Amino acid sequence: MSGRGSVVGVVRRFWSARESGIVVALVLLVLVTTVDSPNFLSPQSVRDLLLGAAILVVLAVGQTVVVISRNIDLSVGSVLGLVAFATGKLLSSAPATPTAVAVLLGVGLGAVCGVVNGVLVAAARVPALVITLGTLYAFRGVDHSWARGEQINASDMPRSFLGLGTWTVLGVPVLAIIALTVVLAVGFYLRNYRSGRELYAIGSEPAAARLSGIPVGRRVFTSFVVCGASAGLAGVLYAARFGTVDATAGTGIELQVVAAAVVGGVAIFGGSGSAYGAALGALLLTTIGSSLAVLRINPFWQQAVVGGLILAAIGLDRLLAVRAANRLRGRSSHDA
Amino acid sequence: MDRERAAPLLEVRGVSKSFGAVAAVREVSFPLYGGEAHALVGENGAGKSTIVKVLAGVHEPDTGAVLVDGQELGSAGPAAAQAAGIAVIYQEPTLFPDLSVAENIFMGRQPLGRFGRIDRAAMKADAVRLFDRLGVRIDPERPARGLSIADQQLVEIAKALSSDARVLVMDEPTAALSGVEVERLFAVVRALCGQGAAVLFISHRFDEVFSLCQRVTVMRDGGLVSTDPVADLTVDQVVRRMVGRDVSTLFPKEEVEPGDVVLEVRGLTSRGVFADIGFSVRAGEIVALAGLVGAGRSEVVRAVFGIDRYDAGEVRVAGERLPVGSPAAAVASGVALVPEDRRQQGLVMELSIERNATLTRLKPLSRLGFLGGRAERRAAREWARRLQVKYGRLSDVVGTLSGGNQQKVVLAKWLATGPRVLIVDEPTRGIDVGTKAEVHRLLSRLAADGVAVLMVSSELPEVLGMADRVLVMHEGRITASLSRAEATEESVMFAATGQVAV
Repeated sequence: MSGRGSVVGVVRRFWSARESGIVVALVLLVLVTTVDSPNFLSPQSVRDLLLGAAILVVLAVGQTVVVISRNIDLSVGSVLGLVAFATGKLLSSAPATPTAVAVLLGVGLGAVCGVVNGVLVAAARVPALVITLGTLYAFRGVDHSWARGEQINASDMPRSFLGLGTWTVLGVPVLAIIALTVVLAVGFYLRNYRSGRELYAIGSEPAAARLSGIPVGRRVFTSFVVCGASAGLAGVLYAARFGTVDATAGTGIELQVVAAAVVGGVAIFGGSGSAYGAALGALLLTTIGSSLAVLRINPFWQQAVVGGLILAAIGLDRLLAVRAANRLRGRSSHDA
Repeated sequence: MDRERAAPLLEVRGVSKSFGAVAAVREVSFPLYGGEAHALVGENGAGKSTIVKVLAGVHEPDTGAVLVDGQELGSAGPAAAQAAGIAVIYQEPTLFPDLSVAENIFMGRQPLGRFGRIDRAAMKADAVRLFDRLGVRIDPERPARGLSIADQQLVEIAKALSSDARVLVMDEPTAALSGVEVERLFAVVRALCGQGAAVLFISHRFDEVFSLCQRVTVMRDGGLVSTDPVADLTVDQVVRRMVGRDVSTLFPKEEVEPGDVVLEVRGLTSRGVFADIGFSVRAGEIVALAGLVGAGRSEVVRAVFGIDRYDAGEVRVAGERLPVGSPAAAVASGVALVPEDRRQQGLVMELSIERNATLTRLKPLSRLGFLGGRAERRAAREWARRLQVKYGRLSDVVGTLSGGNQQKVVLAKWLATGPRVLIVDEPTRGIDVGTKAEVHRLLSRLAADGVAVLMVSSELPEVLGMADRVLVMHEGRITASLSRAEATEESVMFAATGQVAV
């Protein structure tokens, strides 16, 4: 039984490397970019970066809750678009609506979309990938038929609401503070509450979860509602930040969201990863975007870099799994 | 111990459970008394694991009920069984590989601190305390991934103990444990019994059954044979009750003079799975690989065919050594494998009968790289006729056939390649009696035609009726090689349960 401690130590170091690795990559990226153009670290530039990342972070954290339980929600981009348009519509027709009410309504509408996803996944016993691919188009269709080509402009919305997208507290954008709050809340919940741990259990081994008496269906349903609600929040933040909303808001963002989670160490087959990692992944992807622009690198390369990162993340996953499997084989021979 | 208690802690009353047309368990009743360890024994497929799953709340019985303290167990699944104080240690460990050992033990029952937060420190301390009780040292904070089978089993046991269960069900908990660990487990079980808990213990090791348990229930073919105090029985009696069938002449084995050695396996070892497996099969011979579930039989044939890699040893077909881990090479040298799970590994369920039957010989049937529909149909019809497959149209989807006829299609698919060595894994599982006899007739005729047949089977009558030689495996090793004359139900069962060979 000796030697087990060192094995655990290696696993731990590797494990923590998953999240600290992203931080290292982030720091390197910022350093290189700053050396090339010192303005990259100016307060305004950092603020822009945080503003740009906030929405993706909120979406990625919501996605993490779903992916951890071995599901996926591809409809988040459409939910964001629908909620962003609904929020714009509400505030342009009733400008007196308090911002807090608008936020709550947006989150609520997102949660309703999550309920639709959750019910379909639970009832149809079809992989969530297929279900949410369907609702991706369905929600977007609802959005389009409601908007009928209409565009809502910043001038239609009250200043107090748009301030949500521009105000800062001690130099930090409110948007970033909201995103950080979501990250901390979800991260804390996933780590410290029974139902949060049960999501990991479901993603790690669904059959064992059922045998353990975990209410699998209910937990998965809830995870979709949480993901939908976070997409709803992201929709409200989108409306506040850009001011201009039409029915195409957030088109295609779902793949960036999944990419952020995967790069952040959330295993696509569930069971491991954290909200913090996903948030870091989203921050990293956003930073790559702006630093490549600052370095005047062809924007087409940006996608290739993101792709390479995803492959590296998956490769690392696989490496860890193979190592674990080899250890298992070695150990059991010693017992036989 | 007081044997004639008035009220059992748990009662299985008239439980039946069918899966499709197969009755897994029929009208089984037995009591579990507090303070007693109760053994449940039977051959593979006797229905023990189904009973375990019914107790665990995984399966709801079709008729009958499970009563705890006279109250019927609700239909709310595993959660209801847990609430009633039933803890189950499954045969296959059911751990969450990504989570820590401590989390695995306490999933759903984690100690809580303020505001409903999980108290990790308390959880870790509790896990350490449980492992101390079991006398083992496993780091509660390491992930379950990578634990040895024995350690996984110990975590399962700790999980069951942690729930303070009044009824502990253990489905072959000792299969992977060492002698010391087994002794510790038994000490804990005896302590639990001393506190008034009831234990249901499933094992193929009779020494364990006789040393630990006070009562034993024997099952056979899904039915109840007997429940008696252990003190009134001997090992021989129990084995006879488990087997208790006449070997009928259902299996028309043709006498064949065996030819040259075609398949030869020497020193085949896969660490932790099986070790030092050696045997040979001659042309015209049927060799059965018998043993209990989990003895490693399927793993051996998978390694021989090249699906799984092995660490040492060699496989020769007609003197030529097969490369490790290459099913294609095995097929090329004339080996065919009919797998255990035909739905997952043997057939493409959505394709038609003819497509499935000709899947292994696409090359000879195609002209200029295209599959000629006519040649394919002709070949399929020929094989369907020879194997007497009952079908509507050859273009029907294979999934619509009965189990027996599906099995014939799988056989057709491989026989069409003209194999020299045919490996069949559980050829008649889930097949009705009539079709069984046809499959047996077919295998027998193939052997008569000079094919070397290696058959994995858990059904003793089939093994005894069909095989020229019986190899018996126990926990990854061959424990007996019996000639047709030596092989009896008792001798095979004894070797399969690791008793001294007779």
